[in-house]
Amino acid sequence: MHDAHASRPGETAVPLTASAVLVNKVGLHARPSVKLTQCAKGFTAKIELALAADGPWTDAKSPVKVMRVKAPQGAMLHFRVTGSDGKAALAAVLALVHDGFGEA
Amino acid sequence: MAEIHLIGRAASPGLAIGPVTMLTAAVARRTASDDPAQEAAALRAAIEGARAEIAEQIKTNQGEVADILEFQVAMLEDDALADPAYGVISEGITADHAWRLALDVEIAGYRAAEDEYFRARAADIVDIRDRVLAHLSGVDTVARITSGSIVAADDITPSAFLAADWSHGGAIALAAGSPSSHVAMLARARGAPMVVGLGPLSWNGQPPALALVDGDAGTVILDPEPETRRLFEHRMAVANAAQAAADDGRLESARTADGRRIAVLLNIAAPEDLAGLDPAICDGIGLVRTEFLFEASQGLPDENAQYAVYRRILDWAEGRPVTIRTLDAGGDKPIAGLTIDSERNPFLGLRGIRLSLARPEVFRVQLRALCRAAVHGALKVMLPMIAVPSELDRANALLDAEFTALRAEGIACGRPPLGIMVEVPAAALRAEDFGAAFYSIGSNDLTQYTMAAARDIGAVADLNDTGNPAVLALISRTVEAGRKRGVEVSLCGDAAADTRLTTALIATGLTTLSVSPIAVARLKAAIAKVRS
Repeated sequence: MHDAHASRPGETAVPLTASAVLVNKVGLHARPSVKLTQCAKGFTAKIELALAADGPWTDAKSPVKVMRVKAPQGAMLHFRVTGSDGKAALAAVLALVHDGFGEA
Repeated sequence: MAEIHLIGRAASPGLAIGPVTMLTAAVARRTASDDPAQEAAALRAAIEGARAEIAEQIKTNQGEVADILEFQVAMLEDDALADPAYGVISEGITADHAWRLALDVEIAGYRAAEDEYFRARAADIVDIRDRVLAHLSGVDTVARITSGSIVAADDITPSAFLAADWSHGGAIALAAGSPSSHVAMLARARGAPMVVGLGPLSWNGQPPALALVDGDAGTVILDPEPETRRLFEHRMAVANAAQAAADDGRLESARTADGRRIAVLLNIAAPEDLAGLDPAICDGIGLVRTEFLFEASQGLPDENAQYAVYRRILDWAEGRPVTIRTLDAGGDKPIAGLTIDSERNPFLGLRGIRLSLARPEVFRVQLRALCRAAVHGALKVMLPMIAVPSELDRANALLDAEFTALRAEGIACGRPPLGIMVEVPAAALRAEDFGAAFYSIGSNDLTQYTMAAARDIGAVADLNDTGNPAVLALISRTVEAGRKRGVEVSLCGDAAADTRLTTALIATGLTTLSVSPIAVARLKAAIAKVRS
């Protein structure tokens, strides 16, 4: 599992990026997708995810789009966050992934 | 309008006539507007209606069921789902067509997924699609099957079946489906005629208003001519008279034509199945399924809840023997939070006793509840899916431990005799090796494991035949093992209620058959004709 390495701290228009391995058994499946998008919607920052460091990027606030990514267990999930509460948003979504979305 | 004859496969016996309820919105008609703005508004309203309906259902569900419903709500709340549909609506496509196009692309995406978890989600998107289509056309959705109607659908889920009231007639006509599905078993238990494998349900012009379902022959007639209907109603009257005559004999104990006494027991899934029944119709209860106690909506039931249910059943039986089967989850009976849903072949996986021994913390609660219930009647406990004697030995040790612990705590309890289901060919071939207090032949699984033909695959359902000599030989062998060891042998699968097999089953030496309450009268009448 990779830890977050924020590329630049504080408020910025430059995106923050980080990555983490999906550890929960079912990947980014129905329940994890709902949890992730609910979490993301709690922030004003633009939050995107991708299976590769250079995208293509998907809106992490849309369960329909997140499900289309079909990220399986073991996949490296990359996040890209832009906005005033970006740092907190990034920490929150990474915590969810690290925690396996609370699933066994 | 000419009547339409459809030929399928009989899945649950009986005749029924009634108005047609279409379960899929796929064939429902709606009058579309020429105005794209009105069509977009109609779609928006339908999506909101569907969302609100599911949100309402969430309130009465918990656990995994609620999670799936929440997922559907989240998908419906997401504009990204309907955006492609609004796009084509603005180009002049009707709302229902646009929604179907958009969702079918989404569904195809899931079906093409490499990961089986994502493939399985296609069913959720189908559910979402059809629910919105139902709202668009104003068609009743699954939860509102009108009592007494003929339900026509591609397939029907057990939950949709259970949500409807089948006590006032009604029947099921399916384009797909299988006579060996879980729903077919439920339909037979509730006495609802069912025909499957009818092929695409199509017609010209208006959808059918009335249907005749012949669950004996496996045929359906849509919009019958008056003469066809009159003949069918005459057949129903004759069949009802025969049933009434059989009902008159159902309080008598069963004897063959040459005087052999056959014990007839009941199979039940819940105490509700006994409502209004006179215990005198049977010689006891041969199978209490306990899976329904563990349904996802209720979570894992605690010891007191289980004890209360077991006790109610024993009280009803008034001293007659009651055989309760420990949890038989897995296979076609998944239970949220307990069974493993990633097994490649769940019928050959962690199910029945295997799951209980793998999850002793759940199993122990059930054994404690059973020991406490044992003081209220003649309780017997049986273990499903036993393959080797060590499984029985381990279960015996666990039962002893719980009994001893309860007694040490000063709680009223008994130590019920522990028997085994004989449903794995290995157990049938070596039944005498098991130190079981009794054998109960589970003919459904014994048949499917012997014939290597799944119960729920219509294309091989013909092979799934308990009357096959190989299956009958395993039954005979089990009966012989019981005779040698001096323990009772009974049979509690669907075959017991199939009166075409009654003679063959009694010829194996069986003297105890267990069937759903609805089949008691028919079975007793069939036994009375057997001469060995």
